[in-house]
Amino acid sequence: MGSIALKAPNRSLVLKTLILKEFRTEIRRQSAFSGLVIYVVSSVFVCYTAMGLQAGNLSPQTWSALFWIILLFSSFGIVGKSFLGEKKGVLFYYHSLVSPGQLILAKILYATLLTGLLSLAGLLIFITLLGNPIADTGLFLACLLLGASGFGTSLTLISAIAARAGNSGVLMAVLGFPVVLSILVLCIRVTKHAIDGLGWEAGNDELLSLLAISGISGAASYLLFPYIWRS
Amino acid sequence: MKNWLKWLSVVLLVYTCTAGLLMDVPRLSIVNETVRALYFHVPMWFGMVFLFLTSTVYAIRYLRSSDATHDIRSVEFANVGIIYGILGILTGMVWANYTWGSPWHGDPKQNGAAVALLVYLAYFVLRGSLSSEEQRARLGAVYNIFAFAAMIPLIFILPRLSSSVHPGSGGNPGFNMYDLDGRMRLVFYPAVIGWILVGYWIAQLRIRLRNLADNQPNNSNQ
Repeated sequence: MGSIALKAPNRSLVLKTLILKEFRTEIRRQSAFSGLVIYVVSSVFVCYTAMGLQAGNLSPQTWSALFWIILLFSSFGIVGKSFLGEKKGVLFYYHSLVSPGQLILAKILYATLLTGLLSLAGLLIFITLLGNPIADTGLFLACLLLGASGFGTSLTLISAIAARAGNSGVLMAVLGFPVVLSILVLCIRVTKHAIDGLGWEAGNDELLSLLAISGISGAASYLLFPYIWRS
Repeated sequence: MKNWLKWLSVVLLVYTCTAGLLMDVPRLSIVNETVRALYFHVPMWFGMVFLFLTSTVYAIRYLRSSDATHDIRSVEFANVGIIYGILGILTGMVWANYTWGSPWHGDPKQNGAAVALLVYLAYFVLRGSLSSEEQRARLGAVYNIFAFAAMIPLIFILPRLSSSVHPGSGGNPGFNMYDLDGRMRLVFYPAVIGWILVGYWIAQLRIRLRNLADNQPNNSNQ
């Protein structure tokens, strides 16, 4: 893994290695990932308890609001770590090995994958405890994955800024919330279509906008990250 | 800023305030005389977008050159842009109180505008939490550009995806070519130009003030 800079300047290989490295460290530090899973489980359980321990008590609108709020906070937890977890020496080591563009792309892809996985896990727990009002599963899954990619993409750069600025948690929230709010609004709107079973045509505009937001913030992150890194 | 631009903005705004309040406007049910808000409320958003855009352009120029004067310009344009945004929200709330019945209606355009303001307030929180001058400028510029990219979907796409009672969307008359009365256009366009020029002027004054303060001999930064 350490020898990539010597023999393989292949960009996709570097990207793959970086993403694999993120997963490896995540699996090795088991406490971190299982911590996130337990975070999701307990927040779903808190909602379940607050709703009177009954699955049928929830109107579909409340269901989607709760689901997306839990997902939003979990993704803050996931993506917030993507730069805060790195030690200073590791960052210097990256500096000598890869270009900033590759690093941010790897971080974005990793954050997207992890948020997607965690949101699927969260969905399973949520459905088990609080019931499933979704009529159009395909549309909802598409919305879930695009939402995860939107959160992952737009929060990664914010996490890098917050990590540079030192006081991480509060700043991450302050900077991140207004930026991801549009993604949240779009996701909740598609969820409503999926609950009503209106089919793909109804959610087309929103899904395209979600894709566009991910694209815009991904491109902006790729262009801007070198300036955060240089110091 | 050129002197004739200053004079132009003063003349245009005096014209806007007198003609905008005194000239005849079309009679429309519910809206009635509040249609005059068009001369004062809508130009605030034009001005805000112009000021934030200028701020972002200077942020890009700062990142390319690391020249501190670009950073000062970027900050001050964002400052004045926030003031325009707040004024836009307040004038909108006054208007909504008379036509929609309540100042905050949860309309997509209102919410989008409020979130856009939050983005720029967060920008100032970020700057405030950094102690190193150079880092403050650089990270601030990065967030400024990123936030502007994130604000475009908020202001221009989201309200158009959903039904809204705001004029100009959902079949409600707005200021497009079909429903804007010819007489109103005579005041509206000068009003937009006048308000934008005044915003630019205020920003210029603040930039000059900042430069003067930074160049004081007893200033510890120098």
